[in-house]
Amino acid sequence: MKYTPVIGLEVHVELKTKSKMFCACSADYFGKEPNTHTCPVCLGLPGALPVANRKAVEWCIMIGQALNCETPLFSKFDRKNYFYPDLAKGYQISQYDKPFAVNGWIKLRNGKKFGITRVHMEEDTGKLIHETVNGEKVSLIDFNRSGVPLVEIVTEPDFSNAEDVTEYLHKLQQIVRYLDVSNADMEKGDMRLEPNISLRLNTTNTTNNTNNSIRDWELPSYKVEVKNINSFSFVGKAIEFEIKRQAEILDKGETPAQETRGFVESSNSTVSQRSKEGAADYRYFPDPDLPPLRWTEGYLDQLKKSLPELPEAKLKRFQDEYSLSGYDAEILTREKPMSDYFENAVIDGKEFGISAKQIANYIINKKPNIEEILPAQLIQNIVQSTKVSDVDEDKLNEVIDKVISENPKAILDFKKGKENAIMFLVGQIMRQFPEKIDSEKVKAVLTAKIK
Amino acid sequence: MLNKLTIKKAREGLKNKDFSSVELTRACFDRINQTDKKLNVFVTLTEKEALEQAEKADKLILQGQALENLPLLGIPLALKDMYSTSGVKTTAGSNVLDDYIPQYDSTAARKLKEAGAIIIGKTNQDAWAHGSSGENSDFGPTKNPWNLEYVPGGSSSGSAVAVATDMAFAAMGTDTGGSIRLPASFTNTVGLKPTYGRVSRYGIVAMASSHDSIGHFTKTVEDSALILGVTAGKDDNDATASSQDVPNYTKNLSHEAKTLRVGIDPEFHSEHIEADSLSLLKNAYNVIKNVLGSQIIPDITLPHSKYANACYYIIQTSEVSSNLAKYDGIRYGSARQNFGEEAKRRIMLGTHALSSGYYDQYYNKASQVRSMLIEDYKKAFEKVDVIIAPVSPTPPWKLGEKLDDPLKMYLSDIFTVTANLTGLPALSIPIGFTKNGLPVGMQIIAPHFSEELLFQLGHAYEQATQDEDWRKKEPDL
Repeated sequence: MKYTPVIGLEVHVELKTKSKMFCACSADYFGKEPNTHTCPVCLGLPGALPVANRKAVEWCIMIGQALNCETPLFSKFDRKNYFYPDLAKGYQISQYDKPFAVNGWIKLRNGKKFGITRVHMEEDTGKLIHETVNGEKVSLIDFNRSGVPLVEIVTEPDFSNAEDVTEYLHKLQQIVRYLDVSNADMEKGDMRLEPNISLRLNTTNTTNNTNNSIRDWELPSYKVEVKNINSFSFVGKAIEFEIKRQAEILDKGETPAQETRGFVESSNSTVSQRSKEGAADYRYFPDPDLPPLRWTEGYLDQLKKSLPELPEAKLKRFQDEYSLSGYDAEILTREKPMSDYFENAVIDGKEFGISAKQIANYIINKKPNIEEILPAQLIQNIVQSTKVSDVDEDKLNEVIDKVISENPKAILDFKKGKENAIMFLVGQIMRQFPEKIDSEKVKAVLTAKIK
Repeated sequence: MLNKLTIKKAREGLKNKDFSSVELTRACFDRINQTDKKLNVFVTLTEKEALEQAEKADKLILQGQALENLPLLGIPLALKDMYSTSGVKTTAGSNVLDDYIPQYDSTAARKLKEAGAIIIGKTNQDAWAHGSSGENSDFGPTKNPWNLEYVPGGSSSGSAVAVATDMAFAAMGTDTGGSIRLPASFTNTVGLKPTYGRVSRYGIVAMASSHDSIGHFTKTVEDSALILGVTAGKDDNDATASSQDVPNYTKNLSHEAKTLRVGIDPEFHSEHIEADSLSLLKNAYNVIKNVLGSQIIPDITLPHSKYANACYYIIQTSEVSSNLAKYDGIRYGSARQNFGEEAKRRIMLGTHALSSGYYDQYYNKASQVRSMLIEDYKKAFEKVDVIIAPVSPTPPWKLGEKLDDPLKMYLSDIFTVTANLTGLPALSIPIGFTKNGLPVGMQIIAPHFSEELLFQLGHAYEQATQDEDWRKKEPDL
């Protein structure tokens, strides 16, 4: 293809704080009876005022720190003014020009670095549901979601393919879950993706040997925003459709319209929603109801120190400290609860001489339910499975002789040099014993007997 | 007539069992029934609930400490219709909310009730507090009791008149550009605009969020101090409410003013001020100098004052345009078509000032000028303790006189808007009447959170002029 995709990503992550962003209502709205988690503030009643949720702000900063961002000492909230039925106040409290975090980056497995432009805080809107009630088409509004804290993470337009985008999303999800600030479930809507997609003509290379992207080309004159991508599996499809659609237009010598398009699951396509000529005028101004925030270096350092070990660092450490393979370490560090469980088991296992490698193998192969089995119990299970009973010599000889006599073909195969034959015979012998016995010993005695 | 008492005297009477709260409340309602048809002070009256509360108050008064602990126990008050009152219609003077009943109380209303006050009703006002005369109310203007053909000032017109005519012992208002001080000066009442953030704004319909100040009307300065002691203080529901300690304003009320350095900006008086008003102001200044013995510094400068009104009408309308966006008629209230002319005008102005391409030259620039005004006053307060100034360039005008040109109305705010832009506290006190019997007031301005200085000078002036003839005047209704 003669075009290179230019993709920037806007991801919204819903924080799992107890309360909403600007009021004390419960933020746990999923599946709840409509309009039961509301108050004058999140309903936008006359006279109501917002008060910022401290925890949410801290978590937003921590997400920024986990993405290697700078965190300026001065920040504020701004009003983003527009009308929509699910926007109770007629404006959304968000951040415009002084967000909590800026200028970060994230590195993917292929070593490529992608820029994080900004990480900021805003409030979610209510939810519109279109239904037919008594034969009439109506739109119902549920304000349970209104005011739930959202963190918006915006990347530089550094992406050029769907694979990197998908990996980035997985990585972001992993980081956010590690921080335990969000469940980041695309299906539940607590992680939402809006890619901005354009195409540019292939010109010069965009990466140098060090895999750091250098932008020596101009940004395309248009961009298309895609909404309604509700699971990882649709990300690739949406991007691929858009790339193809835009290429066809460019091939004709035309420029794709700057607009917002919605992804349609049933056809893996996108359809135009509304024209995004230039930027909508949201008439941003600092929210006078919320005093600006001024941090000290000390406070920000304290927050940074409180970050848990992040997936990247943990992955490396597991390989170094436990001598695990990259493959094994990746599985064990994919989710923080599992990695913590593993390390607890390692500690418990020391007493019984069970190695980290053994534990890793056991967990990866047997897939025990780590929510039901405590690490200490797991160690006992491993001990049991590796325990070998002493075997009665006479009984052993007796069984071996029996198996040899019953399996002449196998004996012949072994004499011919087939290794599998001996394992087969060992297996037959071991089957005769109810308890677990030392397979090496069986093999040795058997081999001696045949010879 | 019990309703003519001050809060101070009413409390003494309740304590001495000279009369009951029910009697006080009934006296207020008698007065209302007698005069409100002419004046149009109230949008909603809550007589039944008020009398029930008064009975409860009377029971409490019989118990030892209640009057001590509850500074407003048994005292009938009115609230401007911007104040959310649970279960009681709250209109902000507008047709858009003419059937809106809040499900929660504003913090200020709650605090007053917790202090024992009897809420008798919600008062008329310019719709959304947009106005300086009361004529922008969607429910007809309130009249000036001193002459029914004249405006009582706005936007807290109803509350001012309620106190001026003894319908209530005090009334709450809001002051965003002068909406307490102007009507106070037009009705011969005491009007306080506290420091921004001194009193919680939670539950009070927002006009211009960085300017709105929650204040009140009373008959005397001492009563004003009492009310502030109840309403002031931090509020977890208002992020802009200050957590600074609240002084005991009544206990600390000083009786002298000779230690005060009182500043006057001569530029305020080179503005075109009506002759009678100017003369009354000069008399007042002489009282302060000669009778109270305060040191007058007659030449302070506030160089950026001349930009204040323009600055105000840009930032305020910007905030208004955003604050009124919630009235979409979906969750409460009626359609936006029901906004009156002035509301629409301000929404358009504010939207324009915030628009892409205009933000820098209007909103941003005005915000910068605002900072310079704050600096002006900071510097002035290094030399003086308080500043005195006119409230209005003219005494009350006739109904309809300024309606042909909105700018005429805006210009009446030139002396009051700076206190809202800078957040400073200011008090309007009566200083007399013009030759045709219309009230005139004077403004005292103090540094942030120094309301005590306002009360100090105001109270001393009041005491010193107690026996002047004009103090005996009453509206002829």
